[in-house]
Amino acid sequence: MHKIYTYLKGGIPTMIWNETKECMSRDEMTHLQSARLRKLVDYVYHNVEFYRKKMQAVGLMPGDIKGIEDITKLPFTTKDDLRDTYPFGLFAVPNSEIVRVHASSGTTGKATVVGYTRYDIDIWAECVARCLAMANIGKNDIIQIAYGYGLFTGGLGAHYGAEKIGATVVPMSTGNSKKLTTMMVDFGATAIACTPSYLLHISEVLREEGLIDQIKLKAAICGAEPWTEKMRNEIEQSLNIKAHDIYGLSEVMGPGVACDCEYHMGLHVNEDHFYPEVLNSATMMPAADGETGELVFTTLTKEGLPLIRYRTKDLTSISHDKCSCGRTTARISRFKGRVDDMLIIRGVNVFPSQIEAALVDVEEVTPHYMMIVDRVNNLDTLEIMVEVDTKYYTDEIRKLEALTKKIGHVIQQAIGLSAKIKIVEPQTLVRSQGKAVHVQDKRKLY
Amino acid sequence: MFAKQLSVFIENRQGRLGEVLNVLGQNGVNILSMSLADTTEYGLLRLIVNNPEMGKEKLTEAGFSSLLSDVLVIQIPHKAGSLQKLLKCIEAAGVNIEYMYGLSIDGAEAYVVMKASDVAKTEKVLSENGVMTLSNDRIKTL
Repeated sequence: MHKIYTYLKGGIPTMIWNETKECMSRDEMTHLQSARLRKLVDYVYHNVEFYRKKMQAVGLMPGDIKGIEDITKLPFTTKDDLRDTYPFGLFAVPNSEIVRVHASSGTTGKATVVGYTRYDIDIWAECVARCLAMANIGKNDIIQIAYGYGLFTGGLGAHYGAEKIGATVVPMSTGNSKKLTTMMVDFGATAIACTPSYLLHISEVLREEGLIDQIKLKAAICGAEPWTEKMRNEIEQSLNIKAHDIYGLSEVMGPGVACDCEYHMGLHVNEDHFYPEVLNSATMMPAADGETGELVFTTLTKEGLPLIRYRTKDLTSISHDKCSCGRTTARISRFKGRVDDMLIIRGVNVFPSQIEAALVDVEEVTPHYMMIVDRVNNLDTLEIMVEVDTKYYTDEIRKLEALTKKIGHVIQQAIGLSAKIKIVEPQTLVRSQGKAVHVQDKRKLY
Repeated sequence: MFAKQLSVFIENRQGRLGEVLNVLGQNGVNILSMSLADTTEYGLLRLIVNNPEMGKEKLTEAGFSSLLSDVLVIQIPHKAGSLQKLLKCIEAAGVNIEYMYGLSIDGAEAYVVMKASDVAKTEKVLSENGVMTLSNDRIKTL
């Protein structure tokens, strides 16, 4: 693996993990992407019935795709397609080749399941390693991974990348801020990977415990939820570190699809593995560089779950200019919103329709609800207001509290997040007039 | 004898209690006793009124969640220690008291409003012990 250093003004060396791939000329990249796309299309045509049928339906044969410019001829893939083929329907290899699965919550309670071959895990680690290098994290660093370990891709994804780069990995997972801050000080941790809101929370905990002056932290890679430049400044100033934005989604791979370098001029996409398109939301035709549209990914090298033109529903713009850091990979801007009504709360994807579906099963409440998402002390909060059906009204607080608890449990089961349930008077919630009115997101994330 | 209690669910929002009282007042529903139980999110206003049915109807019309439930209005001597005696006999019957509030009147007698886990059983126990419970019609005359 090539490792070269670029020098910042201050003379601090920053590493490029894979110069060959990250700094290749546009022609070389196009050539590589074209070759990989041809191979991918042939691969999915012969191994995934879903894609074979989709291609046949529009009269496409693998040979029709001659280069990356032909990608627009290919059909899209959506989260619904993954749901409809739950759990393993879109896998291109038999289970004997799958070495790991991850899952994220879906819109209807059924999870979106993704599978990886040994090669996929290796490529994933490579991509995360590139991101860590962008944050100047290397083998001399002690990194705390404070994303959830488990079905969520954050923890294990960052973990393998950090091992790949040779850092000392502390697999903290989430949920115990006190242990995290103690170990941060005791181990002399120099880097951390977690959600940006959690990192802000951690900085407060450090301050409360009087540990802020004892930390050796210098860099963070934050992801799994949208955040703003303002939050970056807050994190960098409160902890005196550099904070980098890492992006990914489990369907495409997990964290490590893209990350921003020290110049923070957008997130470098690992486009030799994940081909990005930004499409005009109205026409679904390619948007010009700098123009906002929906981000769509094609996984050029994945074996387990290859995806053709997967619609992320994230809004961004793309730039193909060479970056001051020396990398030539395409950069996507900070996200500008979502095409759908998905919310990311404490790193968990939540669709209002999940709340609605869960409440239908609770006989005592009406199907009307209001979700209020806010950020208090840098942690996301979710409050759900519900109306009790007049029939089930009681004059005993004990029973109302039991009902509140029951609703909270049902919601937790449905979305995997705890929510504060608030019972309100009848007829006070807005009646259904489309989904948007059910949500008040008071956070300013875009 | 059971009595009907009128209870109303009130969100903790400024002015909501006033709105409930306004509805009752405008319709001539007179409050004889009340208790307001509160949590951080909402309150439950429990009322003994001269016309509970009318109260419920008018509150429902005004968009409030209200309910009529059976409670016992128990007459006890207006002197120290009598409530404790009452509780002893209820405790002996193995009944739980959900909530209770006072309806004290000048004179020799006092009254408490009680919701028990088993209202019928409690009423039976009380009558066996010679304790008087009041109907709504009787309450109106107090």
